[in-house]
Amino acid sequence: MTLGSVPPKFKVSIDRDQCMDCGRCIENCSYGVYRREGDKILIESRKCTACLRCVAMCPRDAITLTEKPVDYRSHPVWTREVREDIINQARSGKIILSGMGNARDLPIIYDRLLLDACQVTNPSIDPLREPMELRTYIGKKPSRLKFRKTESGDVELETKLAPNLKLDTPIMIGHMSFGAISLNSQLSMAKAAAERGTYMGTGEGGLHKALYPYQDHMIVQVASGRFGVNIDYLERGAAIEIKIGQGAKPGIGGHLPGEKVNEEVSRTRMIPLGSDAISPAPHHDIYSIEDLVQLIRSLKEATEWRKPVFVKIAAVHNVSSIAAGIARSSADAVVIDGFRGGTGAAPKVFRDHVGIPIEAAISSVDQKLRDQGVRNEISIIASGGIRSSADLAKSIALGADAVYIGTAALVSLGCRVCGNCYRNLCPWGIATQRPDLVSRLDPEQGAVQVSNLIKGWTLELSELMGAAGINSIESLRGNRDRLRGYMLDEGMLEILDVLPAGA
Amino acid sequence: MLGQRFIGDGLRGNARIIINGVPGGDLGMFMSGPTCIIHGNAEHAPGNTMDSGMLVIHGSAGDAVAHSMRGGTVFVKNNIGYRGGIHMKQYEVEARPILVVGGTAHSFLGEYMAGGLVLVLGIGKEKAMTDRGIGSGIHGGEIIVRGEVDDYLLGVGAKKFKFTENDLERIAPIIKNFCEQFGYDPAEFLDTNYTRIGPASSRPFASKYVWE
Repeated sequence: MTLGSVPPKFKVSIDRDQCMDCGRCIENCSYGVYRREGDKILIESRKCTACLRCVAMCPRDAITLTEKPVDYRSHPVWTREVREDIINQARSGKIILSGMGNARDLPIIYDRLLLDACQVTNPSIDPLREPMELRTYIGKKPSRLKFRKTESGDVELETKLAPNLKLDTPIMIGHMSFGAISLNSQLSMAKAAAERGTYMGTGEGGLHKALYPYQDHMIVQVASGRFGVNIDYLERGAAIEIKIGQGAKPGIGGHLPGEKVNEEVSRTRMIPLGSDAISPAPHHDIYSIEDLVQLIRSLKEATEWRKPVFVKIAAVHNVSSIAAGIARSSADAVVIDGFRGGTGAAPKVFRDHVGIPIEAAISSVDQKLRDQGVRNEISIIASGGIRSSADLAKSIALGADAVYIGTAALVSLGCRVCGNCYRNLCPWGIATQRPDLVSRLDPEQGAVQVSNLIKGWTLELSELMGAAGINSIESLRGNRDRLRGYMLDEGMLEILDVLPAGA
Repeated sequence: MLGQRFIGDGLRGNARIIINGVPGGDLGMFMSGPTCIIHGNAEHAPGNTMDSGMLVIHGSAGDAVAHSMRGGTVFVKNNIGYRGGIHMKQYEVEARPILVVGGTAHSFLGEYMAGGLVLVLGIGKEKAMTDRGIGSGIHGGEIIVRGEVDDYLLGVGAKKFKFTENDLERIAPIIKNFCEQFGYDPAEFLDTNYTRIGPASSRPFASKYVWE
């Protein structure tokens, strides 16, 4: 072949003085980097994905991993990645698929927003002493309340309230389907969500029987493939989410390759064993905003108007107008997924180039809904690249009611963001259906880790709010006065409705 | 009845619903068991994501008929709009979804179909199907059309197969049932003058992508 091979992405080496020859690296690597020949462990670096499973399991810290061991001639335009993609497509003539979220080195707006704190003139609040109100309700809020006096002189609420989800912390876990991830990963997150008084999404993979005990903390998804969707599924969920789009690949559908459709996945999705599970780009019963209204109401009718219905869209150029349409469609919450959102697999060109940052999307959607006087009609859930409690606090200050986390929850289960989710070989037992790998993830232990992460962020959020003299999440929501932009251009500051640092 | 949406939505059991007039959208959506007899036309997406049961429409129906249907039967006496039987799928053999259209269907019939049967009889038409995009992206199930189907009407990933005596034997009970509902003589339809359309591959997009 005239193109030859491209250099390996990683170089793995073992410090032979440290190595005790236990063979844990061989056992743990599902990509086949290590093998034993005679009394020596041999290494095939080209197979390495930098999942770091071997490093984590080596009892002697004997393994070293280096990224890009071979240099290309450096060039600011013709980067290594650009050259390797061309070589790949010259060989294949195909669309390049990739895992995880946007990997381009674009500025992250969250990192250029700074939070406020009190000094002298207004005292900060100590969350140890004062209660911090983090409880969040997702769903429609009445624009006014009507009361009536009963004969006994009591006051009763006359206004009929729409169903809301009650969250003890504004952190939810986003939709990652059974099929894309393992049952043990879903179980870990479901247990954690229940323990923390919050919710997680099922993704478009149905609801496995093992998750029924946590169904009161599950949001069931209805996406364009309608996998696993029947009346029983809809009735089990605490809420229903219609997935229109996803931040990692706005405007296109998805498909789970037949190899991942084993017996359990087949039963849960209600599709034949080994068949591709293809979700088309649009919902073919939704070609207009009126059709969306019909689907929302159809779901509400089917569940007797007892459950909130969310609509998830990818953050795209006209996101605020789209959200304003959704706010009038009888939906209870709009989920906005920014262009850094993760995925098991997406065409690379979509993952890296389509959509807009979640920070700008939250701000413009919140502003538009307030301008039109319909902000109370719908909650805003932000997702796509939320990495820390700081991102969470900034999202809420920009106007979100709550966030979905995805990758962060997986990292708490062991994921090292190697981006090979599509290969069914995840050595951490997360993005795989292979029983020996799945069994590496203990749902009990996994639940503790996910729960710890949510707890840690929740504590940090309380501290951040206390420092800013805020004792209720309601007072942080949309409070852009407590944000300042640093190294953001004037246009972006205007979109975010945030003053520059120092102003 | 004029335009009432969501009739039979999420309904379970073995109820029998008679509708005189025109029901609105999403008739029988998520329905699991009941039978609806419609004396009139139907709107958008009857049989949407239906699990089991039966819709008998004594007239025509709008777009996305039997969308994502997983089981049960939809009989339409006359014509249907665009995207009929789109993304119909099958899970277990006994839960095979069936859509039978007496007249003709517009474009994208059985697109992305993953299981089940779509049957178009073309009653009163010179050609049963004249609209394009039949079975684009089909990766399971079958579309059976009365008479010949021009090649240019097939979507990407769809392929024509010979309709055999064996196939006739399989679908004969369905044809008889359809004729019984609408008072046709089944003998007229019990021959092998059909075109059977199925997937060229169960993985229509497998060769489109390469990993990073």
